[in-house]
Amino acid sequence: MLGYGTMFLIADRLPAPVVEAPFRPTFALPDAEGRLRTPTEFGGKHILVFFGFTNCPDVCPTTLADVAQVMDDLGDEATQVQPLFISIDPERDRRLGIAEFTAAFHPTILGLAGDANQTRAAADSFRIHYAREDDAAAPDGYSMSHSPALYLIGPEGDWLRQFTYGTPAADILADLQNRL
Amino acid sequence: MKLPVIAVFAFGLSAGLAQAEPVRQGNLEIDAAWARASIGTSRPGAAYFTVRNFGDEGDRLIGLSSPVSTMTMLHETTLSEGISRMAHVEAAEIPASGELTLEPGGMHVMLMELATPLREGATFPLTLAFEAAGEVTVEVHVFGPGATGPAE
Repeated sequence: MLGYGTMFLIADRLPAPVVEAPFRPTFALPDAEGRLRTPTEFGGKHILVFFGFTNCPDVCPTTLADVAQVMDDLGDEATQVQPLFISIDPERDRRLGIAEFTAAFHPTILGLAGDANQTRAAADSFRIHYAREDDAAAPDGYSMSHSPALYLIGPEGDWLRQFTYGTPAADILADLQNRL
Repeated sequence: MKLPVIAVFAFGLSAGLAQAEPVRQGNLEIDAAWARASIGTSRPGAAYFTVRNFGDEGDRLIGLSSPVSTMTMLHETTLSEGISRMAHVEAAEIPASGELTLEPGGMHVMLMELATPLREGATFPLTLAFEAAGEVTVEVHVFGPGATGPAE
């Protein structure tokens, strides 16, 4: 009880919390044609962002298949949602072809692959982790560790929420339908 | 380049089968072998299956090989503190009266350096080597690039 009392006392003396500015993660990354893309051009749309790499045969296809399912099930409302695949292994993914990869899942998914600095800046802005992991048992001797969640950005560019890896497509769909 | 041709031809013969029968080897039964369609040949493919052990002793999966891939290995995805990682697994246990399940987000066969794309609707052979039960070859059914199980 003493502990609680102390906590309340301290809380009473704290200044009123400052209203936090909206969290607006950003990026400036080229698409497969080399055109620089930024969030402002998707203004008015919800953006569904996934950071991954195309040499990822297990986790990334599962999430991208869920995104594809959501886009199909949205029907007419799909025009209000832009799914993005941001490569965290951009050099190799540009060489392998990022458009071919995203197209295998859904035609609406836009693949972006920048240089090392642009990629790090985008990941930092979204506050996500990625790192190169040397591994002799992986293609080219390395694999990537990464945050495999999906991030939802609102029409004003505000970060709305994340969908952790494994969130059923039906749950993502229901959440989006409530917002559109 | 001969083996890929054989793999494609095998598909023609087995295209009518919706699901392969489980394959028995010693005390083990290998079931529901499936793979995701690859996107070209320059990216690795992933395959999955279930091994049931009807014996009183455990066994170990110690090797994998396939004519469609010159580097076939067992890998495991782990998710810890919101970060996913992939690691090579030397061997996997199949406990006595238990089973080993490979599935998306867990253990999977990494089919690297593909000789031929894994096309949806096709099948290809995969040889599994077990410490006690020996080697057995199963036909793997290829589903879509984002398939999550053999039922699709």
